[in-house]
Order: sequence, then C-alpha cells, then structure tokens
Amino acid sequence: MTAPTFAGDAVIRVRGLRNSFGEQVVHEGLDLDVRPGEILGVVGGSGTGKSVLMRSIIGLQEPDAGSIEVFGEDVRHLDSGEAIELRKRWGVLFQGGALFSTLTVAENVQVPLKEFYPSFDQALLDEIAAYKVVMTGLPSDAGPKYPAELSGGMKKRAGLARSLALDPELLFLDEPTAGLDPIGAAAFDELTLSLQRTLGLTVFLITHDLDTLYAICDRVAVLADKRVIAVGTIDELLALDHPWIQEYFNGPRGRAAVSSVERAAATGA
Amino acid sequence: MSAPADFQHDAADGGTLRFNGNLSLRSIGDLPERLAAVEGPVAQLDLSGIDRIDTVGAWLVHRFARDHDAAVSGLGTDSQHLFDQVAGADRPVEIRPGQLGTFQRLLAEIGEAVIQAFRTLYGLLGFMGATAMAFGAVLLNPRRFRFHATVHRFEVVGVTALGIIGLMSFLIGIVIAQQGAVQLRQFGAEVYTINLLGRLTLRELGILMTAIMVAGRSGSAFAAQLGTMKLTEEIDAMRTIGVNPMEALVLPRVIAAVVMLPLLGFYSSVIAMIGGGLLCWISLDIPPITFVQRLREVVPITDLYVGMVKAPVFAAIIAIAGCYQGMQVESDAEQVGKRTTTAVVQAIFLVIVLDAFFAVFFTEVGWN
Repeated sequence: MTAPTFAGDAVIRVRGLRNSFGEQVVHEGLDLDVRPGEILGVVGGSGTGKSVLMRSIIGLQEPDAGSIEVFGEDVRHLDSGEAIELRKRWGVLFQGGALFSTLTVAENVQVPLKEFYPSFDQALLDEIAAYKVVMTGLPSDAGPKYPAELSGGMKKRAGLARSLALDPELLFLDEPTAGLDPIGAAAFDELTLSLQRTLGLTVFLITHDLDTLYAICDRVAVLADKRVIAVGTIDELLALDHPWIQEYFNGPRGRAAVSSVERAAATGA
Repeated sequence: MSAPADFQHDAADGGTLRFNGNLSLRSIGDLPERLAAVEGPVAQLDLSGIDRIDTVGAWLVHRFARDHDAAVSGLGTDSQHLFDQVAGADRPVEIRPGQLGTFQRLLAEIGEAVIQAFRTLYGLLGFMGATAMAFGAVLLNPRRFRFHATVHRFEVVGVTALGIIGLMSFLIGIVIAQQGAVQLRQFGAEVYTINLLGRLTLRELGILMTAIMVAGRSGSAFAAQLGTMKLTEEIDAMRTIGVNPMEALVLPRVIAAVVMLPLLGFYSSVIAMIGGGLLCWISLDIPPITFVQRLREVVPITDLYVGMVKAPVFAAIIAIAGCYQGMQVESDAEQVGKRTTTAVVQAIFLVIVLDAFFAVFFTEVGWN
C-alpha cells in the first residue's frame, strides 16, 4: 500500500458539525477525525445520531453547519464530477444490506462496476463479481440468488461484497453485526478485520456490539450530548470519568465482552 | 495519480511479463485487452516494478498466471497477502439463474400464469368462506363484533370519499348529457337526453364508477394496510393474543364497504343527474322542474333497484379482494406494492365481469 495521497493525516475530518430535524438538534459542534488504516468504532445511545453522522459524511444528509472533509476534499462543496470521483473511493454497507431486490447477489456486486467502468467486458465483470462473492465468505452458490432468498447474515455479506466492488480505500459499516447470531457476528468481525488488513482499508464502523468493539476496533468514538465526547482506545476511554462511558463499558454486558476477550487471549486463540 | 498499469513482454527465458505502474481499478485502462493479446509462451510474471495493486489488478495477474501456467514473483508482503486472498477466492460462481430458451420460457410463463390464476381463484373463494364464517361467528356471538372499528371504516371508506366521488359523478353527468344531446339532436330528439341520463346513471354508471373509485381508494388501502401489518408481524401478534384477524381486521372492512358502497352509489347517481340536469337547463333550455317531472315519467323504479342490488355485491368483492391480497404478503416490502396493484386490478376486473352477468340477469327477469 502506498501512502495516502491527500494532505493532512486524517481520512475523514469533521469540524463543527450541526444537524437538526425541525426543533430537534442531533449534532452541535461535533468534531471527529478518522486516521488512515484504522478501524474506528462509533458508539452512542439510541438516538444520538450515529447513522445521521454517517449519512452526513457520505453526503446523504445536508448538515446545517460545519465542515466535512474526506480524503482532504470538502464533501459539502463538490461539483458533481468531483463527488463521483470521491464516491469511487468509498464503500457503504447499510444496516439491512440495501441490496437491489430485482438483481441477483452477483449482479448487485456488478452495479457499481458497470456504472463507473462501462468499458469492462461482461466476462471480466462476472469474474470480478465471482471472486468478490467468495472473498466475503459467501458460498459459491449464493451468486445467482436473489436477496429475498438470503438469510440476514448472507445479506450483510452480499452488501459488503457490493460495497467492496470498487476496491475502496474507505469503508462505512452501519451496525454490521446487528441481528446476526453470535457465531455469525464473530465471523463477520473476523471478515472485516481480515479484509481491512488485506485491502488496507480505513473503516468507519457504527456498532452497538461490545464484542465487535473489543475484537476489531483500533479506536472508539463515543457520541453523547450532541457531539463526540471522547475518542481513543477502550483503555483510554475507561480511564475517563464519564458516567455514560463507565456504564457502557463496565455494565454487565461490557464486563462479559472483556472476559470473553481475555479467555480468547488466554487460550492463545 | 501514479502511472497507469502497464507491462513489457520479455521473450527471453521462456517469456517474462514485467509489470509496472498502478495495478488498481482506477488506472487499469486497457490492461485486460492487452493481456488477452499477449502471444508466445510466458513463464514468469514479474511484479517488482509496480506501485500499487488492488484486487482487480491481482485478479488479472492471477487469471493470466492461471491460464498460461506462469509463476508470479516480486510482490511485497502486503501485496502478496492480497494476491493470495484473491487467488484463493477463484471458485466458479454463477452470476444469474439458469436461463431457458425463449420458446420454453414462453410456455413456462403461460403455464405459471394459468396455475397462478386458478390458485388465486381458489384462495379468493377460500377467503370468502373464511369471511362468511367470521360473519357467522359474530352473528352467534354479537359481543365479538368490532363496532368502533367498523364505524371508523364507515368514515374512511364512505364519508371521506364523498368529495371525490361527487366531483367525478357531476362531471360524468355533464358528459353523458352533453354527448347524448349532440347525438340525439340529429333526430330532433334532444328531450330523450333525460331518459339516457336518468336510466344510465341509476342502472349502470353511478354504481360502476363508484365501485371503481372505491376499489382504487379503499381496496388498495385495505391491501396495503393488511400487507404492512403482515410484514411487521402485527397479525401474528394478534393471533398469539387470541384475536382473530378475520374478525378484527377483515370483517369491519368488508361490512363497511358493503354498507357504504350502495349509499355512495346512490349519491353518485343523484349528483350525476344534477350535473346532467344543469347542462340540460343551460344548453337545451329544459328547466329543472320539467327535468325532474320528465325523470319521474321515464325512469322506472326498478332501475334504482338494479343499481342497489349490485352495489353490495361489488363492495364485498372489492373488500375481500383487497383484504385477501393484503393477507398474502410475505417476507418483503416489495410484495406490498405488488399485492396492492393486484388487489385493485382483480377487484375492478371482477366487478366488470359481474356487472355483465347482472345486466343479462336483470333483462331476463324483466327489469328493463
């Protein structure tokens, strides 16, 4: 992997972001940096605007104020050509997978490729879709299936395959393990980690899953009081004396996640 | 951006391709075509000169190495890892389901459509039976009747439809009278416009147009509501609690439609006659008092009966088709849209078929 080709040291740089829906203010003066090559976990209680933050960064939600830079480019002031160039460099996995229901899994993976690289011949597109499907851990017979025929976990993997179609440098994952069984969730975590290592991805990961945070996140950003109140490794966060953070990581579920990580470390896994 | 993907062909030592530049999707250019055009034996793929490689570049190199039985060398640790992952993912994957030939597909589609038509008819009949049973159960045990739900449906199906149905009927009355007058004037028989208007609206158009409007307004809403409730598992929750969805959801809707459609149809006929009467007054100089007198002379009371007998039957068809299609929704949201469309098409089709039967029937019994 070569060094990132943009100024500054953050892949995503959010400054003074403000979002509101009518009277309700979701974000106020929110700052966040995502460093190249890291997996940043974003946590926060329900309704703290984790998804809204992601939608603002990828340009689906027009913020009231603030600046958002991705790869050093201000996403709020791009002309349509620049916006498309930027979109080629990131992939997004939505919560439900958001697969196009009239296309098969493999055809879903081909959609971004066909859109941006119309000159590729169909045989090459089929091959690319095929190895992407296999790389995301789907069985080879999943290619010709329609989204309605897939289980929740397979939909997420198929969604991930599509978000990786353009070999992005930056990946947005919105609650990738929500609704998966523990085995499926652990497998998805491992897949995320291995793809991140292999492809040198920067990952922006929204999650509620403490196991995911412990297992794969390099740093964690905590959303509360309409802004990011802290960013750091879990140990750094635990050193802070914030009630919500303490409650989150030291609650019964937080402790269970820690002990499972420790057990895994002790058995040399 | 770094240099685009490129390679040199070195024919020495059994052939070597030396790659350079950026082997990633964005700068891949015409590399696939040029690789396909390489001739002569190639034993070595040297990647030590490249700046960057991503999965697409790795795939192209892997595919070439596989097809030419060549060895790959010169990758850094990370790139080698990436390459191994991509090479390891080389398994046959089908892209789309198997396709039949055109003729076979045509036959298969006809066959499926026929089976589907019979299955729907069968299901609709069964659903009618279930509705009748729910009605019977409520009759035996009137305390189970959902009075409030039914009255609420009266409002949704009937009262809120008054505006649009009134406007539609008024305009249709005007159109019938105007067209009738134009044609009948050729025989000097303009006065028969009133016969045409009165009999047509009471017997046929008032009820038929109202039925079509109610199918579009309420039949579709029934299908969409029940379909959404089915998706969100509300109907399953009801069953678990011990509430019969046929009694709680379907029956109030069917009863509301059966009660409201005759009233709406009558209202529609009256408004249409008012519209037609206004046109007669303005363009044929027939004053309202004469218009009403003439109506009473030429329109037999049986015309009203014909309309009123048809209305509840149409209503039951519309409501049952809507509820049935809603209850058939499974698994995904796309089905709600499809089922709603089907409900409306089915309801209007059945209403028109039945209308034809009724026309023949009433002529046979002498109400003409």
